[in-house]
Amino acid sequence: MSALHIKKGSTRHSAYNLRPTFSDVQERHTLAVLVENEPGVLARVIGLFAGRGYNIESLTVAEVDHTGHLSRITIVTKGTPQVIEQIKAQLGRIVPVHEVHDLTVEGPTVERELAIFKVSGDGEKRVEALRLADIFRANVVDSTLSSFVFEITGAPDKIDAFADLMRPLGLVEVARTGVAALLRGD
Amino acid sequence: MTREMTGARMVVQALKDQGVDTVFGYPGGAVLPIYDEIFLQNDIQHILVRHEQGALHAAEGYARSTGKPGVVLVTSGPGATNAVTGLTDALLDSIPLVVLTGQVPSFMIGSDAFQEADTVGITRPCTKHNWLVKDTDRLAGVLHEAFHVATTGRPGPVLVDIPKDVQFATGTYTGPKPSASHYQPPVKGDIEAITELVAALEKAERPLFYTGGGVINSGPAASQLLRELVEATGIPITSTLMGLGAYPASGKHWLGMLGMHGLYEANMAMHDCDLMINVGARFDDRITGVLSSFSPGSTKAHIDIDPSSINKVIRVDIPIVGDVGHVLEDVLKIWKSRGRKTNAEALVSWTRQIDEWRKVDCLKFAEDKKTIKPQYALSRLEALTKKYDRYITTEVGQHQMWAAQFLNFEDPNRWMTSGGLGTMGYGFPASIGVQMAHPDALVINVAGEASWLMNMQEMGTAAQYKLPVKQFILNNERLGMVRQWQELLHGSRYSQSWSEALPDFVKLAEAFGAKGIRCSDPSDLDDAIMEMLEYDGPVIFDCLVEKHENCFPMIPSGKAHNEMLLGEADTEGAIQAGGAVLV
Repeated sequence: MSALHIKKGSTRHSAYNLRPTFSDVQERHTLAVLVENEPGVLARVIGLFAGRGYNIESLTVAEVDHTGHLSRITIVTKGTPQVIEQIKAQLGRIVPVHEVHDLTVEGPTVERELAIFKVSGDGEKRVEALRLADIFRANVVDSTLSSFVFEITGAPDKIDAFADLMRPLGLVEVARTGVAALLRGD
Repeated sequence: MTREMTGARMVVQALKDQGVDTVFGYPGGAVLPIYDEIFLQNDIQHILVRHEQGALHAAEGYARSTGKPGVVLVTSGPGATNAVTGLTDALLDSIPLVVLTGQVPSFMIGSDAFQEADTVGITRPCTKHNWLVKDTDRLAGVLHEAFHVATTGRPGPVLVDIPKDVQFATGTYTGPKPSASHYQPPVKGDIEAITELVAALEKAERPLFYTGGGVINSGPAASQLLRELVEATGIPITSTLMGLGAYPASGKHWLGMLGMHGLYEANMAMHDCDLMINVGARFDDRITGVLSSFSPGSTKAHIDIDPSSINKVIRVDIPIVGDVGHVLEDVLKIWKSRGRKTNAEALVSWTRQIDEWRKVDCLKFAEDKKTIKPQYALSRLEALTKKYDRYITTEVGQHQMWAAQFLNFEDPNRWMTSGGLGTMGYGFPASIGVQMAHPDALVINVAGEASWLMNMQEMGTAAQYKLPVKQFILNNERLGMVRQWQELLHGSRYSQSWSEALPDFVKLAEAFGAKGIRCSDPSDLDDAIMEMLEYDGPVIFDCLVEKHENCFPMIPSGKAHNEMLLGEADTEGAIQAGGAVLV
């Protein structure tokens, strides 16, 4: 099961291979947290971030191992190296958390996000939207005479770029799933 | 062992299988089936408190004085919400508690039923872990897991919420299987890091042990190993409020407590040391003072079972994640195998420097012939109770700090105080829990009158179970610590910090069938304390003390360890605006 196949790196109990902390530089890290899929587990993770004042830029969660009842939470967070280390240690001490992996440290990673965009307009704008969607390999999943719904998958940067292009062309609504990430290689 | 029984019976069976002898609790509608099972058996004693908060603190007192988890049983809704302060207190001080709450029937959850509260939601941030059990077949497993989680790794409070229908329904009971849990925090420290610590210890010119509640929590063996290590190396030792008793106060390397109201020699040593060995302490803000000048020249080693304690506020050089007992054992082993080296020459001059600091005699106070000084009261209590194997609890405030300064602790598990949360009202119920665990021991709650009033309803519990707890109240008719901060920080504007309309404590004691003693004359104090000690039953000792005494030494907010105030003369303009915003 790929979910459990994360390369061993900094385990949740390791404080030995700490990187230099106490610097003021804000870093963005992607964390993969393997948790027992029991009621309230997501509330525990979110409550930890809220209660201790940490940032969540993106969060995705789903059960990835149905027999072991394990869910994988992918969190993109931002903070100084010291805060990032604290977040990992604090996550590690939540009882139903099995593993915490800092993919940004253990990387390189593949990060993907799915988004759907509703763009409405007519004439030149409508044609241009469709042309750009093709360049970005976005699929049309719904269409009326005056609107499209595009589905796009990619790294968050690519989705941001697509959103910027769609805005002047009649962007109405966006829904994004948040980041899912895996380590590259085997 | 597997058999069929109701959920309510499972609760009692699981408690028995976990070796529980005492439960502190208060009944109510949602736990009636469990109370019925308690009625039908004699193995577990139930102590009926007068308020659920009292049950939690009593269980904390029981846990801290025995090393076993404290067990609490309360009802849904208000029963559970009244438990929140005690849960938070236990979480911050890492005290193992297993709290069982009743819940409305599972089919009524979410309907705003009578006495319904989202107990697991409310207690999620103030427990180590909690469970809502919706299936009787899962109940036994969860209860055993609850004991495992509460007592494994860094201890803490856990809560199991049990809907009433789950208590009535029948299911399969299974006995404890500790290996069943995935929660198994490692206890052994990394040998490379431990060797690094030993190497630093061999060379250090000004080493210092800074120990905390983790030593007590690790068990008596950890205290023994600590004593062996300190005696063998000759390295001086100071401790946090939570760690008192791990190393004996009579030991010759003992510096006394450190921190905001710690001893001059302890804080100066912390500031000037070149190797700090933190054993089971967490760099609390009461210890560090201003972070930027905390022990600026030292190499810092930190032994802690909780990885999140490491580098949380203070960057350390040698982090060791593990149980204090296991790690100290390895430290001793490696240190001995490398030839028991210390920098003996440097240690002599370090000890000489510390002796110079001791000469400051930072705990000296002006005695008074007419008025009892609180420090005098505690030094007499210390002198007259020295020969007992006594247990001390405290409330929170000035009296707590004076108790930590003036009472000496020779053994672990003899000192129960609310350190992290600072919960006024902790000490009295805690003393009840301690006395339950140690029926023949001398148990004294050193209190202030304001704190004591916060849980005074527990007089009913003390009287009902004939618990000879001694309530030693230093009565200054003030919220002394609040008053002290208002004097230092708020231009002596004593907003709401006095105790008006106090009860007559002697009559109050008598109203509960207990003994009341009042003393206001220093020359009567010894006799009065002896009368308290000799009385076989609960005593309220109303010790009328000096009303305006301040607690020194003190590291003012925003200052460093070497900027302590030693007495009234130092206080003028001591705290600046930057410090005033700190608590």
